[in-house]
Amino acid sequence: MSIGQTFLGLLERQPRHGYDLKRVYDERFSPDRPLHHGQVYATLSRLLKHGLVMVDGTEPGGGPERKRYAITDAGIADVHAWLEVPEKPEPYLQNVLYTKVVLALMTGRSAEQILDVQRTEHLRLMRDLTKRKLDGDLTEQLICDHALFHLEADLRWLELTAARLDDLAARVA
Amino acid sequence: MTTDALLVGTDLHKAYGPTPALAGASLSLRAGEIVAVMGPSGSGKSTLLHCLAGIVAPDTGSVTYAGRAVDRMSDVERSALRRADFGFIFQFGQLVPELTCLENVALPLRLDGMKRRAAEARAADWLVQLEVSDVAHKLPGQISGGQGQRVAVARSLVTRPAVIFADEPTGALDSLNGEKVMQLLTTAARDTRAAVVLVTHEPRVAAYADREVVVRDGAARDLTRVDVAGRAA
Repeated sequence: MSIGQTFLGLLERQPRHGYDLKRVYDERFSPDRPLHHGQVYATLSRLLKHGLVMVDGTEPGGGPERKRYAITDAGIADVHAWLEVPEKPEPYLQNVLYTKVVLALMTGRSAEQILDVQRTEHLRLMRDLTKRKLDGDLTEQLICDHALFHLEADLRWLELTAARLDDLAARVA
Repeated sequence: MTTDALLVGTDLHKAYGPTPALAGASLSLRAGEIVAVMGPSGSGKSTLLHCLAGIVAPDTGSVTYAGRAVDRMSDVERSALRRADFGFIFQFGQLVPELTCLENVALPLRLDGMKRRAAEARAADWLVQLEVSDVAHKLPGQISGGQGQRVAVARSLVTRPAVIFADEPTGALDSLNGEKVMQLLTTAARDTRAAVVLVTHEPRVAAYADREVVVRDGAARDLTRVDVAGRAA
């Protein structure tokens, strides 16, 4: 997750104090894992150093919290470039579930049970996320839906693997 | 099986000619509970739903609803039970094309003998709840698939059934419309304390249920009760 570029995007809209950046970031993008204060100010220091933001005001009291940050032209160009470039899709080729299934077949255990137990756990989490989504606002729904789609992809793989177990067992033997 | 179960199917077997569709499936449902029935295509999940709903009689095994033996009822008795206590949602809605959406939703009440004005007033309320009141006077062929399914959900709820049977209710819909239908269906079911038997192959749809039962090769297994060693409780 690119904290620096997210800060730049928030600052492009309006200048903000450090504490306000953290508040908006946590609310909109990371409600489950709020930023540490240290992360906030380390990020802002780096952005300042690279000329992507500047300090355009200070409240009385001192300390980094009281500085107000504004984006520079270089910062605008930086966030624009970041938004234009697609994220690298993660193919998840290293698959723990696949390893467990193969090992189960190699050691005479029931691979079907492993798939069933995993399926149960996935569905339990999906139920929890669905409840959370129903009670939440649009941001919550989008975040939960992202997780739900990933979990569903795992479940589709589990189903397909269950159907292929006989073939896989023959190859592993 | 729990003693407070509303609907219980026990050791159900059903074959169509030489093809076994159910081979010892069991499922119990409590009042107000939503159970997802999952499984690959051809596993028997729709046949399980049909047996539980009294649409077909199993070859062997029993189906009990509110203490009554459904599998031993006559066709007429099962038909009356379905009209009185059950609601249905199918993958393609199955609305009557010659009736308006309002008339479609009011139809179960009219078949029960309710006067037209009262039936359509109640139907109109349900169209509002399902957020499709704007299509009340349109024909099914004039509305989108998503709207049609919401009309079908309204129709299934209009008689305030004790159990709703939904067979792939989002199967013909895109993700957004599917989500909307599931949110509205489960909210309305919980508000009216209707139990739901939800057949689906989509995990995200099944995640709206309280628990899941997986059907494989005609047998059903409650996966929410599978423990770490993979043993069913």
